[in-house]
Amino acid sequence: MMRSPNHGPLVAIDGALALIAILLIVQMWLLSATLEAFMSGRHAVALPAALVSIGLTGVCVALGAFVRKVGRR
Amino acid sequence: MALKPITGRDPLWRDEFSVYADDERFVTRRQFAKFLTLTSVAMAAGNAWILAKSWMYRAPAYPLRVVAAAGEVPVGGVKLFNYPASTDPCILIRTDQDTYVAYSQVCTHLSCAVFYSQATRQIECPCHKGSFSAADGSVLAGPPPRPLPRVVLERRGDDLVATGVEVR
Repeated sequence: MMRSPNHGPLVAIDGALALIAILLIVQMWLLSATLEAFMSGRHAVALPAALVSIGLTGVCVALGAFVRKVGRR
Repeated sequence: MALKPITGRDPLWRDEFSVYADDERFVTRRQFAKFLTLTSVAMAAGNAWILAKSWMYRAPAYPLRVVAAAGEVPVGGVKLFNYPASTDPCILIRTDQDTYVAYSQVCTHLSCAVFYSQATRQIECPCHKGSFSAADGSVLAGPPPRPLPRVVLERRGDDLVATGVEVR
């Protein structure tokens, strides 16, 4: 009986990559919106935007580490 | 053409982005993940830079400056001046018998010089057809993302005096 190859790790890596890409798009939007607010004198948004952006980067780094870990197996 | 042997001496980036077509390799998922993650770090660094700039920001002290005499500009007329610095062009508009307004003359889209159109009673940007309300400087049409900064005017005797700039 033929056994199908295990695609689990590949799907997990592709899923993680897709999630990183989505988070990156959100970060790009956040950066442009923050810059726009800063230019119009609304400085209060800079702190929450920076915190959210750093949090998203943390998630991206974690997902990147996951991809590296799964890829090594 | 024979492939160039990898010597192990070349840095990783030169191996991955070879100038020789035959030596090109597909970017692996791990490399792509690394690239995306580094881009994400760059985005966060950009937000941190804006945060640092906003913490270091100090509201400028605006000087008092006589812009024009009250009757100097006819109704529907304009006068160009610079405020607060000599490199900041502004436009004074007399929209009514007793109404004077002044705005920065720099379009908030791509910094073209705006002008007042008496026919439409709007402030217009010739570069990309943006238009602003002469009454309050708000965006009426076109690509400008923000209203024009408003120069705060006070009437002192027969003089119109600029006392500050309101960025919105």
